[in-house]
Amino acid sequence: MRITLTSVLVDDQDKALRFYTDVLGFVKKTEVPLGEHRWLTVVSPEAPDGVELVLEPDEHPAARPFKAALVADGIPYTAFSVADVHAETERLKALGVRFTQEPLAMGPVTTAVLDDTCGNLIQIVTVQDDAPAG
Amino acid sequence: MGDVFKALADPTRRALLDELQERDDQTLFELCTRLLSRGVGSSRQAVSQHLDVLEQAGLVRRRREGRHTFHSLDTSPLRAITRRWRIDPEEGPCGSP
Repeated sequence: MRITLTSVLVDDQDKALRFYTDVLGFVKKTEVPLGEHRWLTVVSPEAPDGVELVLEPDEHPAARPFKAALVADGIPYTAFSVADVHAETERLKALGVRFTQEPLAMGPVTTAVLDDTCGNLIQIVTVQDDAPAG
Repeated sequence: MGDVFKALADPTRRALLDELQERDDQTLFELCTRLLSRGVGSSRQAVSQHLDVLEQAGLVRRRREGRHTFHSLDTSPLRAITRRWRIDPEEGPCGSP
């Protein structure tokens, strides 16, 4: 058994695809029309055959209150790894991304939290051992 | 306004004020994360209740921005303490600050 898919619940698939590709830098992997919505996934350009992120519509009545409650407390339900949280935060801010937590070093990890504009907070993480020297 | 003295009497609440002094505008998530990295293992619900006490004492301000809530430190209630028991502006009793 392997983990090949994970999902974020998004309020609008078109907007989500733009944010996750044009802003975050993922690339579209699959797009299959399914009635009103699509089976829509993106992958990291660093791992095109790696785990796919499903941009899943948040239409279920339980989804939006769940998301809103997490966002209100600043909780990122999803996290992505980056080489350098500080550099990535600056890059994304220049593109207009809103952060709810500036880079924060906590022992071996540095994290920051951003708003994906689709109703979610996303944590970006650098594990110091993985970071480039300097 | 709640009781400043009662608000300051709890070590977790003092730790929260320390963290807010380090950085304004923190979410509940960030504050909980910071406490954990200090070894203060309070639940999110407990931290939220501590923040309520601090807010009632005027020591923490909550600011809502869209769907987000941010917390900041407000030290102005502490003035009441030094007005009541004035601090010698010069040196301490041993001649050192």
